[in-house]
Amino acid sequence: MTSILTNLFDGVAYGMLLFVLACGLAVTLGLMNFVNLAHGAFAMAGGYVCMVLVNRMGWPFFAALPLAFVSAAAIGIVLERTLYRHLYARSHLDQVLFTIGLTFMSVAAVDYIQGSSRVFINLPAALQGQFDVLGVGIGRYRLMIIVICGLLTIGLQMVLAKTRFGSRLRAAVDDPRAASGLGINVPQVFAFTFAFGCGLAGLGGALSAEILGLDPYFPLKFMIYFLIVVTVGGSSSITGPFLASLLLGIGDVAGKYYVPKMGPFVIYTMMIVILIWRPNGLFGRTAAR
Amino acid sequence: MFERKQLSHKAVWAAAVAAIAGLAAVAPAKAEDSVKVGLILPMTGGQASTGKQIENAIKLYMQQNGDTVAGKKIEIILRDDGAVPDKTKTAAQELIVNDKVNFIAGFGVTPAALAAAPLATQAKIPEVVMAAGTSIITERSPYIVRTSFTLAQSSTIIADWAVKNGIKKVATLTSDYAPGNDALNFFKQNFTAGGGEVVEEVKTPLANPDFAPFLQRMKDAKPDAIFVFVPAGQGGNFMKQYAERGLDKAGIKVIGPGDVTDDDLLNNMGDAVLGTVTAHLYSAAHPSQMNKDFVAAYKKAYGNRPGFMAVSGYDGIHLIYEALKKTNGDTDGTKLVEAMKGQKWESPRGPISIDPETRDIVQNIYIRKVEKVDGELYNVEFATFEAVKDLGKTKK
Repeated sequence: MTSILTNLFDGVAYGMLLFVLACGLAVTLGLMNFVNLAHGAFAMAGGYVCMVLVNRMGWPFFAALPLAFVSAAAIGIVLERTLYRHLYARSHLDQVLFTIGLTFMSVAAVDYIQGSSRVFINLPAALQGQFDVLGVGIGRYRLMIIVICGLLTIGLQMVLAKTRFGSRLRAAVDDPRAASGLGINVPQVFAFTFAFGCGLAGLGGALSAEILGLDPYFPLKFMIYFLIVVTVGGSSSITGPFLASLLLGIGDVAGKYYVPKMGPFVIYTMMIVILIWRPNGLFGRTAAR
Repeated sequence: MFERKQLSHKAVWAAAVAAIAGLAAVAPAKAEDSVKVGLILPMTGGQASTGKQIENAIKLYMQQNGDTVAGKKIEIILRDDGAVPDKTKTAAQELIVNDKVNFIAGFGVTPAALAAAPLATQAKIPEVVMAAGTSIITERSPYIVRTSFTLAQSSTIIADWAVKNGIKKVATLTSDYAPGNDALNFFKQNFTAGGGEVVEEVKTPLANPDFAPFLQRMKDAKPDAIFVFVPAGQGGNFMKQYAERGLDKAGIKVIGPGDVTDDDLLNNMGDAVLGTVTAHLYSAAHPSQMNKDFVAAYKKAYGNRPGFMAVSGYDGIHLIYEALKKTNGDTDGTKLVEAMKGQKWESPRGPISIDPETRDIVQNIYIRKVEKVDGELYNVEFATFEAVKDLGKTKK
């Protein structure tokens, strides 16, 4: 019984992590209709920034996390203004080719600067180890992930649903021409949203170094996972990818625990079954556009 | 001379200039006076640390021992294959046909070594394997000689040690590819023959993001120890999650071949790794004077400590030097392989030799425990199994 709960806990933590990593992609893909396969590169950038700050410059871990967010967002906004902007109106194939090229360049660049071996972020002692709650092993680090990611999700949902910026964004997505006619600065809204998504990825990259491992191949290794989250969740809201991440995280952990021989396939089987059942994803709107 | 292939234009020009200048001064080495070694290593990609270590060690050896043997100048031509066997094959072909190399050497992973094997046989030139560790490699060509190790060597020894030291129940966690399966099978064979029991067997996918569920399964199986083989680079992740999940506090030890505590990464793994017992061919903390000098020279030149890949490269180039000495500079491939058979020398890792029958390495396997020495983590050797042959050859 307790091992079921421990697995559930691990699965939730893993799912939350996937969500923070992938939700920026859900935003660009779903809201802005842009296929950004280089999304993982921003996560990796955040991870490496955090590693350099903590390991080489002695920053405390919790101070470095916001900076991972800020730096990935800054890189995002620079690239958005200089490169991505020109591709919004292009076909999806052009976008895929462009962003996959960007991914390979980021891999080579990080390999050149930091070397190809895997790096770790030195964690404070308070985040290491496990404690028991009624016999259920709770990892401190994973608990922290759940707390941070949970708060972020609530915050995101509030911003999108309740604030003026949220309604501008939704308007800009639904009909950019009408939105700009009403005086909404659509490019600015997109740029900001894009940067925010990149920032979230950067934060996710920093958080995931401990669990997933951080090396220059990160953007390629996890691209599939991000895409699964977005396709399964549907990309028309934040709730879809969130629930999809949780489902996949729990399914992946449980699959590896209970049927280790089938472990790596569980996540893909789930994806296939869900997509046959609901081709637009769990929460996709049926061909809204 | 030690240069990358890309620089060859420069090298040609430099040689031309030197040749003109050389009319008045010392004449440069003529083509037939040089011996070319085609070094194929993963210099990019996930295995790049292997390539880097071997390249460093070879450079170091050539600085220490000069680049001339038996009147011949040794020229190294380095090619990057990124550990992709197709690229290995192309690189080997080009080196043999265009550059007319006398040796091919390196090979970071088993598929790479196997891809080059038929070419070595056809061209009748020695293939010196300096990294890849699956047993079958040397059976694939009579021209293959190995200076690294086989997984059977370390896996059988750690099994024997575990049986003798009161470890009765073991759970295994190995990566699901050829070397991982080699490690698992040889461990199981000796461990169960000695009366031990494997209570849980998990194969993890090679590109495995998270060990958590596998480790939870290990913890619930309550073994005395976990036998682990994961490829270089994943060891750190494994050890961190092992500690996070409290397996160390539950009294479950980690044992395995020494790949999981590779010197290259060991010092960054944190204190959770303390007490891990592994069987392996080399530790940077090996107490011989020769090794102390080797480690000091390597650290001075490259700023970090050498791992078992570095020492395999160091011994590989040594073997090439010795073979040339024995043939008196004759570069006939068959004669060179003959000259390598039965070679015996003192390496930084201890005494080693080349088995004349299998052309594979015979070496001491050491049982080591991770301890803190001067504030750094090291594999400290405490028992030695002498002159271990590869036990994984096909039974005839």
